Amino acid sequence: MRGATQVRWAACAVAVALAATACGGGDGGGSGGGGADGIVSSSWGDPQNPLEPANTNEVQGGKVLDMVFRGLIRYDPKTGEAKNMIAESIDTKDSQNFTVKLKDGWTFSNGEKVTAKSFVDAWNYGAALKNNQKNAYFFQYIEGYDKVHPESGSASAETLSGLKVVDDLTFTAKLTQKFSLWPDTLGYSAFVPLPKAFYDDHDAWLSKPVGNGPYTIDSYAKGSSMKLRKWDDYPGDDKAKNGGVDLKVFTDNNTAYSDLTSGNLDLVDDVPASQLRNVEADLGDRYINTPAGIIQTLAFPFYDKEWDTDDARKVRQGLSMAINRAQITDQIFQKTRTPASDWTSPVLGDDGGFKKGLCGKECTYDKAAAKKLIDEGGGIPGGQLKISYNADTGSHKEWVDAVCNSINNVMGNNKACVGGPVGTFADFRAQVSTQKLSGAWRAGWQMDYPLIQNFLQPLYYTNAPSNDGKWSDKKFDDLIDKANAESDKAKAVTTFQDAEKVLVEQMPVIPLWYQNGSAGYSDRVDNVALNPFSVPVYSEITVK
Amino acid sequence: MGRYVARRLLQMIPVFLGSTLLVFLMMYALPGDPVRALAGEQHVDASQIAAMKASLGLDKPIWLQYLNYLGNLFQGDFGQQIGTQRPVAEVISEAYPITVRLAIFAFVFTVVAGISLGIIAGLKAESIRDRGLLGLTLVLISMPSFVLGFLVQYFVAFELGIAKPNVSLEPTNGELIMPAIVLASLSLAYVARLTRTSVAENIRADYMRTAVAKGLPRRRVIGVHLMRNSLIPVVTFLGTDIGALMGGAIVTEGIFNIKGVGSLVFEALKKREGATVVGVVTLLVVVYLVCSLLVDLLYAVLDPRIRYA
Repeated sequence: MRGATQVRWAACAVAVALAATACGGGDGGGSGGGGADGIVSSSWGDPQNPLEPANTNEVQGGKVLDMVFRGLIRYDPKTGEAKNMIAESIDTKDSQNFTVKLKDGWTFSNGEKVTAKSFVDAWNYGAALKNNQKNAYFFQYIEGYDKVHPESGSASAETLSGLKVVDDLTFTAKLTQKFSLWPDTLGYSAFVPLPKAFYDDHDAWLSKPVGNGPYTIDSYAKGSSMKLRKWDDYPGDDKAKNGGVDLKVFTDNNTAYSDLTSGNLDLVDDVPASQLRNVEADLGDRYINTPAGIIQTLAFPFYDKEWDTDDARKVRQGLSMAINRAQITDQIFQKTRTPASDWTSPVLGDDGGFKKGLCGKECTYDKAAAKKLIDEGGGIPGGQLKISYNADTGSHKEWVDAVCNSINNVMGNNKACVGGPVGTFADFRAQVSTQKLSGAWRAGWQMDYPLIQNFLQPLYYTNAPSNDGKWSDKKFDDLIDKANAESDKAKAVTTFQDAEKVLVEQMPVIPLWYQNGSAGYSDRVDNVALNPFSVPVYSEITVK
Repeated sequence: MGRYVARRLLQMIPVFLGSTLLVFLMMYALPGDPVRALAGEQHVDASQIAAMKASLGLDKPIWLQYLNYLGNLFQGDFGQQIGTQRPVAEVISEAYPITVRLAIFAFVFTVVAGISLGIIAGLKAESIRDRGLLGLTLVLISMPSFVLGFLVQYFVAFELGIAKPNVSLEPTNGELIMPAIVLASLSLAYVARLTRTSVAENIRADYMRTAVAKGLPRRRVIGVHLMRNSLIPVVTFLGTDIGALMGGAIVTEGIFNIKGVGSLVFEALKKREGATVVGVVTLLVVVYLVCSLLVDLLYAVLDPRIRYA
């Protein structure tokens, strides 16, 4: 089988290399003319869930929502900065009670006005347990969430008690805790407004979603394609700079890549790993490789007493220093990952809380110091570190083996670290979230919104929803509470960074690397960029 | 004849039940929870997982799930996908037309090219053209379909530029020719070999000598006397082959980005969409059973000595 795989890759490589010279100059296969009416054809994956805003938690559905909807806030595609879109203002005096005022003049593409009620109803729908919306937890900070969406049992209320419509263009939101940066979270697609048609004829809406964004959906063939066209009467100031986008589903990203190089596709937003070696030759500067809001880490079981000791803390720090991040990101990931030196992501920017090197020497490869720390801590608990990962998707085996090699080299012991494959992602996640794993496991975090808070609180706060290792630290919790209550954004960010420094001392998870988003495009289109969520900014793309 | 068909149709029922039950149990036995996996790395409340499972009927014991599934199936309801919440019947009916078209193309190619090559080689056994056919079919049989697929794609689409590498959103018949040839090549090799052997054997039979001695034209000798007797093993093979073709070709559909049944099953298996996998397999079982019945009935047409009671 191994031989066969190589043949396949070789065939691909040859095909692609020749395509670059033979067909690279083609004028693209997209329909329509050029200029402002030109249509961009782009690769797509079948969305995992129905295209409801509060039910879409992955990039493929996210692409569509980003084109069809606009919310209160929009993150600047380049800097990730949160800017008012439909919101005229979001004010608070106490960081807990917010008043949201909307701009006048926004409508859905079916003509319905966007009002305060469009938002409040949509949020209530998203939070309600009976609607089974996967992003329901986005509304967890709003008062009354525990009633409409209890952790177990059934709901005791229909709507969030913290949301109140004041007039057509104003509503108020009361949170369960102080959270000064809350308005900055509202740019995520779960918070967009919904038209009445969404509730009145849900099936019809799902087969052709109607929103308030720069594009409208022209046709949608589930499982194979979607045609989006520019909405000429779009009231916002970020009108589409092309005539529309045709999304085409590919089962295999190698296939999409071959369509791109043969000129039948304009944009591929996930360059397959097997093509990374050829991408420079094929696309030149038409290849994008920019940081995404994703960090990969190694997590530890603090529900296991052996790992919840001061000695184990030293061992974790030692392990962190035993991993040669630079070598692994270069050789295994072909630079599509960047070695991590804090617990956030470069997409936050310096103002948003990203601080390169915050982790310091604890995240820097140092063979001698690593061995010393691990030995001081009494060696790896149980004598061997097992790193669990799911074997079905994402080719995690390669890097887990490399991390183990790196640790084994430091320890001078071939058995110090081993990979522990779990057959399927579903099984792996089930074991992680129910505290069944005994050793370390691969963990990843894709941000929900570009805020330092999102990289810390849901993961490391005591009993936070994604704190799967059940780590708990009073000092850290206090600093997070303090940061959330801070009304000045810069001060809040610094306080969050202070909390992050607790992570350096305690090393509850070992940061590995930041993941990049990649894309390649044809010479027919220009101005292609990925936003902080690794979704191409379609409305900005121009067609030659 | 009528009784024979009725008996065969009745036999289908236990085969049908057994195969769906097996697939159902296998999907159930896979570790992990597809509902939980939908949330990715995020945390989901137990209440929400429970609510989703209840709405899909996944919270019931496996035997009840199977009975419910069968009950719904007889009313034409194939169930619902877990992730997209679309009816499985709708998903399958969208994927099937393209697979059927591809299968028909591939089947016609297999029959026409395979039988012709087999006759040409079989009429002159051990000649150069016979050896040539053996060599060619050996290559086709031993080459994995993805190698052939990528090679054809590379030469036809990238080197010669006479076709697009992948099919478009609504594939035209022309675009399907290349995938169909790749898909058909393996069966083509088998059909050619079967025909060749059968023809080479029958050409020495007594009835052939009689036919030639009667002074019948060569066309009639080969076309009727020889072919009719030589085709029985080929028809048997073609019968199972059309079942396989209708089942979709995961590899070929993947290479050319065809959104047919093959890629549907592949995706469904990856996402552990039990209802979709069982639905497609159910349909395939029916197709297989019907095909094999048709093949058996065809025997009687080809060879009047075969009677069914």
